[in-house]
Amino acid sequence: MQGVSKRYGGVRALQRADLTIEAGRIHAVLGENGAGKSTLIKIIAGVVAPDEGRMLLDGAPVSFATPAAANAAGIACIFQELSLIPDLSVADNIAISDPPRRFGMIDRAAQRRMAEQALSRAGAEDIHPLALVKDLPLSRRQIVEIAKALARKPRLLILDEATSALTAADVTKIYGVLKRLRADGMALLYISHRMHEIAALADDCTVFCNGRSVASFTAGTKTDNEIIELMIGREYSAVFPPIAQRVESAAPPRLEVRELNWTNRLIDVSLHVHAGEVVGLGGLDGQGQRELLLALFGVLHGTTGTVRVDGAAKAITGPDVAKRGDIGMALIPEDRKTEGLMLPMSVRDNLSFAALSRMSRWGVIDASAERDAVDRMIHTLAVRTDGTRVPAGALSGGNQQKLVIGKWLLMAPRILLLNDPTRGIDVATKQEMYQLLRRLAEGGAAILFYSTDYAELVGCCNRVLVMYGGSIRRELIGAQIDERALIGSALNIRADTPGAPTIRAQA
Amino acid sequence: MNGDWHYRFREHKGTLAAFAAFVVMFTIYAANHPAGLNANVATTAANKGVLLAIVAMAQTFVVLTSGIDLSVGMVMVLANCLASTIVVGSPQQATLGACAVLLVGVVCGAINGLIVIFGRLQPIVTTIATGAIYYGAALALRPVPGGDVDASLANALTGQLPGGIPASLALLLALVALVWLPFRRSVIGRAVYALGSSELAAYMSGVPVQRAKLVAYTLSGFLAAVAGLFVTLITYSGEASAANGGAYTLYSIAAVVLGGVSLFGGSGSAIGAIFGALMFRTIGDLLFVFNVEPLWQPLFQGIVLFAAVSLGALRLLRVRNRLELYG
Repeated sequence: MQGVSKRYGGVRALQRADLTIEAGRIHAVLGENGAGKSTLIKIIAGVVAPDEGRMLLDGAPVSFATPAAANAAGIACIFQELSLIPDLSVADNIAISDPPRRFGMIDRAAQRRMAEQALSRAGAEDIHPLALVKDLPLSRRQIVEIAKALARKPRLLILDEATSALTAADVTKIYGVLKRLRADGMALLYISHRMHEIAALADDCTVFCNGRSVASFTAGTKTDNEIIELMIGREYSAVFPPIAQRVESAAPPRLEVRELNWTNRLIDVSLHVHAGEVVGLGGLDGQGQRELLLALFGVLHGTTGTVRVDGAAKAITGPDVAKRGDIGMALIPEDRKTEGLMLPMSVRDNLSFAALSRMSRWGVIDASAERDAVDRMIHTLAVRTDGTRVPAGALSGGNQQKLVIGKWLLMAPRILLLNDPTRGIDVATKQEMYQLLRRLAEGGAAILFYSTDYAELVGCCNRVLVMYGGSIRRELIGAQIDERALIGSALNIRADTPGAPTIRAQA
Repeated sequence: MNGDWHYRFREHKGTLAAFAAFVVMFTIYAANHPAGLNANVATTAANKGVLLAIVAMAQTFVVLTSGIDLSVGMVMVLANCLASTIVVGSPQQATLGACAVLLVGVVCGAINGLIVIFGRLQPIVTTIATGAIYYGAALALRPVPGGDVDASLANALTGQLPGGIPASLALLLALVALVWLPFRRSVIGRAVYALGSSELAAYMSGVPVQRAKLVAYTLSGFLAAVAGLFVTLITYSGEASAANGGAYTLYSIAAVVLGGVSLFGGSGSAIGAIFGALMFRTIGDLLFVFNVEPLWQPLFQGIVLFAAVSLGALRLLRVRNRLELYG
């Protein structure tokens, strides 16, 4: 790939990236969240088209209009989001793109043989070809995904976080499989956040940062620290307001959580947030941060553990309870389009929705109170909109996000949970968002702030809790918070943090 | 291989449940029928059941894509009115006429499919609109009920085969063997299941999503026209009855659900839907043999349907993340 670029709206996901993958080698791609890795793969696999640059396959320029075209050229991709069809059997799924046929009908016996072969190549003879995919646990599905890719006999196999849901035993098996494929002359592109996996597997490495390919080198020629250095190396345009030192007080924490568990996705999470404090949630994408916020907001079913607000135990059984006056909790969701806004409804309706009970009497909305509150909020947040009657969907991403926040600010939350609120919005709006967070904290709110942008955590937070595999692995306080520490602990490569949560709530 | 039956059972659970329920209900019905189970009783029951079964098969194709076809009943009515005018005359002429009726059904189904695929409209709205159009066409053809279909052909298909087997059952078997089984085993049929289960994953796997959808809607139109033809043979005439069209559309959805086809798409089978339809019809017959007022029939059908849907919804009690309930 040479000089490939891709923009999504105003966001440049990939800028003039270069990548060379050779047959018979495993090529690892490293980079932070949002460094452009996923976009790169989507381009190679024909899911999205690049805006500029070209792709060469065996020296000849190629472009793929659809995933099927990329498949036909010998490129198979194992995506992070699984591409399996839940209601079909394992064998059906493995053969889905080109089932064996006889007299125009699917030849089930041949398909069965094909599936068995592919499964055994993937080292998973224990998976029954007739089992329905929806009945398999996640780790088995990921293996089926690999078998499915192998059944297409690809020349280039792309694995995007393909081991994230696997158990250690499975990972070892997969290593063996991948090494065998390499020996067969296949080219492999391997994307992982786990440094030890890359050390164990990769022949070549390319580091991506801010949509650019910043360095390519042979594996083993750089230390972990040098690689992290490369992953950070970027210019910051963001300016953060100064972090206020919190005055110590004897009051119990505004929010205190003890030994929160949910299925196997949250494990013994304990934390506390005081009024006026901004606590960050760090770590890689998908290590339980989202689930933690949802659990606190009462969306998840079957959580165990205790939650205290201002020292009093509360059972938060749903968003309606969470927003009650004595708890006063608000969640700014990550997916503003589906969880945060009703896009066809007006700016005014969206803003006033969560706080309607405060502006109505006996179930009737007081229109003038609503108008005043909405106007005030639009002014405070500097929402750029053509009046309050336009549909929320007509606003830019940044302004939509302001609406989501404004909607919850109207009910004056005492505890604010933010789920990656600045993803995909422009720099200017981000700045306003940071100012706002700071003002809210100074106004006495307790803020729990998940972000995939490490710079944001450094710039905004009094403390950062780094999560890995569903539990909190490290707490960074004040001056300890820097990018190196964040990435290091997010990758869980520090030997001195062996899994035990390093924080306990002090009541 | 050892243990296959377990997986096969898992795959066909809904169909088997519908089959078992039907057998139980029909046995009770036959055992309590004042005349016992003779060929005439079976033939009358079969004719009523087979008609709904064919419409339910038509509905199944679209439901498998996670869509819904609210025009099946109207296509059936249109085909009925058309057949009453052109399936007449010499055997050759009648055959040609029947082919034309089926072709019209295919076109109606294809129109539905094309609008859903390229117009990107929701299936429910699309088929309400096209259903009204098809009904309008039927009304234009037959402003008043009428027509005169050759009784010998009609009797051949709605009567009994040698040995007392209802001819309509043979027709149903032929449809299963010639339409459903090849579809189920074809690549395009696999694609229909795949896209109904997860359209995104199907697209990412290089499945021909649009072609599969078109085939599903077209087959639905074709089978609805077969049903219309069958109505003509039962009644010897054509009638543009909105009540009939609407009732068959709704009953077909009920039959599909009773037959274990998921309204979310991607799982179930037309064979299940057929037993769902037969079961739905047997509810009415059961009430008859037990001398329950016919007035109670809709109520009991409703209760059975409600129970079946509730059983299907049990899995929702296991959902751990409430956001999934709204996804």
